[in-house]
Amino acid sequence: MAISRRSFLKLAAGAGLAAGASLAPAPVGARPPVPRLPEAVGILYDATLCIGCKACMSACKEFNGLPPEHTDPRAIWDDPLDLSAKTVNIVKLYTHGSGLAKDREVDGYAYIRRFCMHCVDPACTSACPVGALYKDARTGIVKYNPDVCIGCRYCQIACPYNIPKFQWDSPFPRIVKCQMCDHLQARGSFPACCRFCPTGASLFGEVRELLREARRRLALKEGEPTWFPLRRVDSGSHTYRAAPAYLPYIYGEKDGGGTQVLMLSSVPFAKLGLPALGEDSIASHSETVYHALYKGMLLPYLVLSGLVYLVYRNTTKKDLP
Amino acid sequence: MHDRLESLPRNFGVLSRRDFLKFCAVAAAGMGLPLSAGIRMAEAVAEGMKKPPVIWISGQECTGCTESLLRTTHPTVEKLILDLISLDYHETLSTPSGELAEAAKKKSLEENRGKLILVVEGSIPTKDGGIYCQIGGKPVLQILQEVAPQAMAHVAIGSCAAWGGIPSAGPNPTGAVGAAEALGGRYAFINIPGCPPNPYNFLSTVLYLLTFKKAPELDDQGRPKFAYRRLIHEGCERRAHFDAGRFALEFGDEGHRRGWCLYKLGCKGPETFNNCPSQLFGDVGPRSWPVGTGAPCFGCSEKQVAFTKPIPELASLRYFTPGGIPVEEVRKGGGELRVTPPVAFAPIEAPKGSGVSSGAAAVAGAAVGAVVGAAAAMAVKLGQKEPPQEGGGEG
Repeated sequence: MAISRRSFLKLAAGAGLAAGASLAPAPVGARPPVPRLPEAVGILYDATLCIGCKACMSACKEFNGLPPEHTDPRAIWDDPLDLSAKTVNIVKLYTHGSGLAKDREVDGYAYIRRFCMHCVDPACTSACPVGALYKDARTGIVKYNPDVCIGCRYCQIACPYNIPKFQWDSPFPRIVKCQMCDHLQARGSFPACCRFCPTGASLFGEVRELLREARRRLALKEGEPTWFPLRRVDSGSHTYRAAPAYLPYIYGEKDGGGTQVLMLSSVPFAKLGLPALGEDSIASHSETVYHALYKGMLLPYLVLSGLVYLVYRNTTKKDLP
Repeated sequence: MHDRLESLPRNFGVLSRRDFLKFCAVAAAGMGLPLSAGIRMAEAVAEGMKKPPVIWISGQECTGCTESLLRTTHPTVEKLILDLISLDYHETLSTPSGELAEAAKKKSLEENRGKLILVVEGSIPTKDGGIYCQIGGKPVLQILQEVAPQAMAHVAIGSCAAWGGIPSAGPNPTGAVGAAEALGGRYAFINIPGCPPNPYNFLSTVLYLLTFKKAPELDDQGRPKFAYRRLIHEGCERRAHFDAGRFALEFGDEGHRRGWCLYKLGCKGPETFNNCPSQLFGDVGPRSWPVGTGAPCFGCSEKQVAFTKPIPELASLRYFTPGGIPVEEVRKGGGELRVTPPVAFAPIEAPKGSGVSSGAAAVAGAAVGAVVGAAAAMAVKLGQKEPPQEGGGEG
């Protein structure tokens, strides 16, 4: 098809207009950060208290009706290698060199529990086209509604922590992820992992209380004898031990726009497999881009009218009925 | 071997040769020694029946160690003190008392210079010149200083004598320390800590001393390795419950009744080195030890644990080797055996596939190339046939 000078200029002008329309409103429409919900609940995981007993893993499976997973055919017991549709909570092990001392980066080892971080501004709920993943308006728990899920698995791609898992082996698959034992919370109880943690490494409570507790721990001097609450931050039962050498950082306080699961450790979090996300949530960036693209449906109209024009331009009388 | 057995006397005191050999064989097995060592023990005892003199000094103690020793059955303590050793001085078991007892001690000290076995029970007060524990008007520290140079072997029985025990717990008003520390570390004590220690750990040590004329292999805290080599956690019959995450949460709950792990109730098994799970107490069969009966271990033999850590406090799991390093490798430095992990742990980075290999890519490329080539060849053929068909259609 030969393009005449006239039509080329018309097309170029149209494309320029479209580009201008899409780029110009972007800075104006940047989505503001989402604040923490006042009554949000969460879990404080202190890796220095964790002894790797996996009581949280077995309790999680028991109370959520999840089957054991055998990655090694010789295994008698549950032995998942990563989170999966059968495992929504896992204790992983970091080792380095001789691996002799706990909570030491060099020649040491450390445990890390991985499960849904229950982001303040989750990427999965933002990516979900049908609202199957949604954030509870009061507790902030990221929940899943299987009745509306269309199985697109955008949430899997969106999540920076690689948490939502898809039931590949099921004819009617669902997304599986930690929902902070909301069925137990509805009955006045609290998550099984925290209830069965023997050392208080996993601690349930309101996020603002947990943040206060985490800051208290970071303010302790190494070796200073202190108390650590067991099961719930407000349970009243404690264990006593010397304060470990914490990294002065609460993972989840601001990471990725903040999470309702907070973590403390002596080993850098990057070594424990937690991503460095910056203080903005992924959802705020992606939503800024596509809210700008679709602002007033301007860009879709422009693209559509361009296409209509092209079709019109190439339509001859011969094609008409 | 038969000749060696025949050469032994028919009777060892009130014990027949057969019974005595049986005992020696059991004692040898308890220390992980071959059966021939049992015969050597019997020979050592038979050798002129020169019973080694033993002076038993009591410091700040409750006599629990002696009481524990009195309840042994193989051998009974009377076999020990009447047939195996000459117990010249013991404040609880001596027949004489007062001046007579002191005279017996003085006589034994004069007669057996450098040949004594010194056993210390109880901690030694050091504050204010050690006046808080006196026997016959003399501080026990002074008595110890007099007797220790005469001894060929020094044994500290019980946690008090080994490292201070209850009397040394905060605020330690008497300045109590263990026997070795009270003597400034000048003598190599064999420590048999425990509250009370297992009497067989003591008896086996004494037999070893009599037989081989030297101390058994000791760890860095002077404890015989045959008894204090392993953590209680390693030999515990409830260990499987720990590994599987099944814990008793409070006394009398369902988990407790079902015999689950007592870690959450403050069991100090994971940081206490002792042979309780295998040696047991009181000779009454299986489960006759604290954890077996449902009481969490409180680490009675371990310094910095017993009488120091609160009973409900959770034990630290510092003796843990995720690398599964061989025992002897780990023990080289600190003389500690560590706990091996319950089961494998998932790595931080989950294992993933490594992408397409060059071979697979070549095969897939060849297949795709073949399909494309075939399609092209077919399209060429189709094009050749088309014009006549079209012409026919239009016509």
